[in-house]
Amino acid sequence: MKKEIMQGNAAIARGAWEAGLKVAAAYPGTPSSEILREFAENYPDIYAEWAPNEKVAVEVASGAAIAGVRAMASMKHVGLNVAADPLMTLSYTGIKGGFVIVVADDPNVHSSQNEQDSRNWARFGKVPMLEPGDAQECKDFTKIAFEISEQFDTPVLLRTETRVAHSDSPVVLEDRVESKVVPGLDPKEAPKYVMVPVNVRVRRKAVEEKMKKLSEYADTFKYNIMEINDTSVGVISSGVSYLYTKEVFPEWSYLKLGMVWPLPKKLIAEFAKKVKKIVIVEELDPFFETEIRAMGIKIWHGKDVIPNMYELSPEIVEKALKGKKYKEPKIRVKPEDLPRRPPNLCAGCSHRPLFYALKKLGAFVFGDIGCYTLATAPPLQALHTTICMGAGVGQAHGAMKALGKDWLGKVVAVLGDSTFLHSGVTPLMDIVYNKGNSTTIILDNRITGMTGHQEHAGTGFTARQEPTNMVDYAELGKALGVKSIRYVDPYNIKETMDIIKEEMNKDEPSLIICKDSPCMLLRRAKPLERFKYPFYVVDTDKCRGCKMCLEINCPAISWREGEGQTKDGHKRKGTAFINKDQCVGCEVCAQVCKFDAIVPGTK
Amino acid sequence: MKDNEKTTNIFLSGVGGQGTILASNILGEVFLKAGYDVKKSEVHGMAQRGGDVTTHFRFGKKVYSPLIKYGDVDFLLSFELLEAIRYINWVKPDGKIIINKQEILPPAVSLGQMKYPADVEKTFKKFFKDNVWVIDGQGIARSLGNIQAANVVLVGAFSNFFPEIKPEQFIDAIKGLLAPKLHDLNVKAFYEGRKAL
Repeated sequence: MKKEIMQGNAAIARGAWEAGLKVAAAYPGTPSSEILREFAENYPDIYAEWAPNEKVAVEVASGAAIAGVRAMASMKHVGLNVAADPLMTLSYTGIKGGFVIVVADDPNVHSSQNEQDSRNWARFGKVPMLEPGDAQECKDFTKIAFEISEQFDTPVLLRTETRVAHSDSPVVLEDRVESKVVPGLDPKEAPKYVMVPVNVRVRRKAVEEKMKKLSEYADTFKYNIMEINDTSVGVISSGVSYLYTKEVFPEWSYLKLGMVWPLPKKLIAEFAKKVKKIVIVEELDPFFETEIRAMGIKIWHGKDVIPNMYELSPEIVEKALKGKKYKEPKIRVKPEDLPRRPPNLCAGCSHRPLFYALKKLGAFVFGDIGCYTLATAPPLQALHTTICMGAGVGQAHGAMKALGKDWLGKVVAVLGDSTFLHSGVTPLMDIVYNKGNSTTIILDNRITGMTGHQEHAGTGFTARQEPTNMVDYAELGKALGVKSIRYVDPYNIKETMDIIKEEMNKDEPSLIICKDSPCMLLRRAKPLERFKYPFYVVDTDKCRGCKMCLEINCPAISWREGEGQTKDGHKRKGTAFINKDQCVGCEVCAQVCKFDAIVPGTK
Repeated sequence: MKDNEKTTNIFLSGVGGQGTILASNILGEVFLKAGYDVKKSEVHGMAQRGGDVTTHFRFGKKVYSPLIKYGDVDFLLSFELLEAIRYINWVKPDGKIIINKQEILPPAVSLGQMKYPADVEKTFKKFFKDNVWVIDGQGIARSLGNIQAANVVLVGAFSNFFPEIKPEQFIDAIKGLLAPKLHDLNVKAFYEGRKAL
């Protein structure tokens, strides 16, 4: 028996491989991104692709499932919003080969734009959902999800969250077993897959029958586990919430739900009879609680004490259920008095000069999701909205339609290369079609940056690092009808400002593309080669201590206090200092300095 | 395996790029092979961009929660002084603290808006007396020719707290996780760290 420590996401990939998975598609999103990377790097017998967005990923994987092989799509919680359209109808058609969608929630929004509870999608979409709590369960639940999918002819949702996806624990490895379903397509099955009203009405009934059977199955599902200990309190919980509660109240009785939709009603009623008081511990929404209350079961504690926002933890559960009896640990140092260490754009990042330029122009910036969202933080504060992928492009258009030509020159939309391909193309088409005049900037850094360097249709490489076609953003813009298409070199701040200003002022749609500005961490693009000098230094003969260079928020630049004066006699309270180990020589601070006090360094 | 069934809680903290994740991976391999159940949990995402990094590491006969309960840390293993003091309230009254004496300035300090906390070591000693060890991980790693090995120096120092585990078990884990060309350096770093405490 081989046992390995695995991350939850790696265990999902392992489980899918052991279950005979053939086709996997995903769009990266924290905390789900490692699943597809695992397939691409470690499982050559699985076809794995980065799709342009989650909707396409679900369509690719469900096509494979309809063709009779086991298939998986994985995404973060908000990704399922994008993919909801195919999901809601695939629930009607069913599949042939097992089809599992992994959806990774992010309670406490460690790296997301909202905190939605994906269990609601299972109820809304009428599909079953499993929820593992650790890596072994990630593997086991993935395997059984494929079996459930084939047995009940339905997509199955596997819900994880940050503390499951990104926690490591031991996993027992087993061999791969191929699915027994015979692959192939049969035109005679069209009534099952063509969702026109006459067929929908038939399938609509099939959906209800499926859910009824699944409900009965849930009552005997082997991962819905009753643990009877002290019967004074019985906890109903799932996933990591169960683990937190078990940690602090090991003596109580538990009903741990491995299947969180549909609920095992008989089992719940049976459990309720065995224990005196029921406690429901669940992160985010009162999902179980609402259902269980509707069954007429009396609940001692649920969301009256358990928070309905942010993530749970052992102490939060303990405090909620013990109330005044909970003993706070001693406060030795107030953490709020300590300087925080927020994430920052890397030294040399091309987003820094671009947003500095936008700030100088005084533009209202409709933003998007990526590393560049960090530009909203002080001192840059040059990004003013972030809703979802692609949103800013359409919103800038709408804002310009609302405000009229007086606002020409003051509004712009920015988004990354991966984000543009995810959801930015259609709103750009809309701007042209509906005679808009807004400006869109693609911050092309040649990779999906923030989630850890995943390939996309514009990088020239597949998930498996095979060379492939590379989208040409200018040609694409031209085909959509954009007439004014410009390139900018963000490292030339003056020229970048001139071009953006000119384009924002035009009474027509504009597309600006950042060129030759790859992510600083993308080694294959050799990002440092474009810089003339290895690093810059502050010339203390000239530095007046004006702090202008600190406005770009470069991690390599700091402030050194100390009264003094420049060589030509200007008094100062300190000087800027450049850490040459961190500086990459991008020259942006030298362009910002008004006194030529930042100069190339020599080794 | 030790007969006591209690779970041991190790909290690792540092700054992105310091190698805390490798350190926790080494611990994971060691304690798994020694027959324990192991859980470790970290928040990924933006660590490469200079943010703080923490890992909750737990081992025992059966480990439930992937997160340590606030106030229940047995060992605080910290790679940076500010990132040590930030979690001082997490440590049990009789907990042990092992700190790498490196300062990495956060932006608010670089920009002159806030002060870096003074006397981190003193503050820890005030509350934890003799249960505080400060190691010059960078200094030791530099003397071995590569400052990158500071994380393994810390692991070496930390290994002293687990007499039931042989140094060879740590070495096996280090070799299993690193490329062969890094073995010599890191084996030395481990033993130098082990001597340093």
